[in-house]
Amino acid sequence: MPADDERDQLRLELVRGFSANVPHNRALGMIIEDIRSQEAVFRLPYDAKLVGNPDTGVIHGGAITALLDGCSGAAVFAALDDLVPIATLDLRIDYLRPAEVGKEVVARATCYKMTRNVAFTRAVAYHDDPDDPIAHSVGTFMVSTKTGSSLK
Amino acid sequence: MTAPPPLPVPLIDRLAEAKRAGDYQAFMDAIPYARFLGLSGGKIGDELITTMRYGDQLIGNPALPALHGGTLGALLESAAIFELLWRAETIVLPKTITVTIDYLRSGAAVDTHARGIVTRHGRRVTNVRMEAWQADRATPVATAHAIFLVMRS
Repeated sequence: MPADDERDQLRLELVRGFSANVPHNRALGMIIEDIRSQEAVFRLPYDAKLVGNPDTGVIHGGAITALLDGCSGAAVFAALDDLVPIATLDLRIDYLRPAEVGKEVVARATCYKMTRNVAFTRAVAYHDDPDDPIAHSVGTFMVSTKTGSSLK
Repeated sequence: MTAPPPLPVPLIDRLAEAKRAGDYQAFMDAIPYARFLGLSGGKIGDELITTMRYGDQLIGNPALPALHGGTLGALLESAAIFELLWRAETIVLPKTITVTIDYLRSGAAVDTHARGIVTRHGRRVTNVRMEAWQADRATPVATAHAIFLVMRS
């Protein structure tokens, strides 16, 4: 139905605008590539300030953590009917191989299950091929924290 | 005539030098991402504490405001790595295999401290627990555990 589609588009645009304006996302240089229903794709261009090992130039695992956390949160927002506050409960990241020097990292996150209180996400970080990931993550998020104190 | 740029000092040598001098900060400053996050550190009593100095670039939710979860994850992982490097007798840069972060409360716009505690030091892998806190250490903002590969590759 067109009305629903329009409402969906507006909601997804709000998520995109919100994610793009998160100060730490901006500081890292994150680019919001795509926001669609229950899914988000972020890009993190290679930058000297992200380097964790100055001998090799490989970026720090923490930068990938921030990318996966931000992208997973956006996937949760993209799965919500109403944009209520959310908070990360936990995030597990498996580092599968080192990131390559000079290449941007892409994150693709899916909110694969939404319940009244909790959303469940999985995500991969990769260079060119999502089937050859650098890192894989699963996360849980508290939904609608407006009555609680641990907003995020 | 301009002098050629100094040869970069390998991280392992910087670490050895920092250990000799007891200057933890000198080693941290060699890591660009640690500088970006505003990490500093040193021994407080017997503990190695890593501190993330508050800066506006760390914010994830400007409305509260609250720190970005990624910054807390990065701080916790860094605290664990620094703990391993500082305590280890043989110097091998640990590789993170997996890290799990529990976010317990929102991080306020103030300095955050963290430390890592080695729970098992194996020949190939090491298990570390981490905690991060702000004003009150008894109420951590986040805890984590991680497994690192510590063998020479």
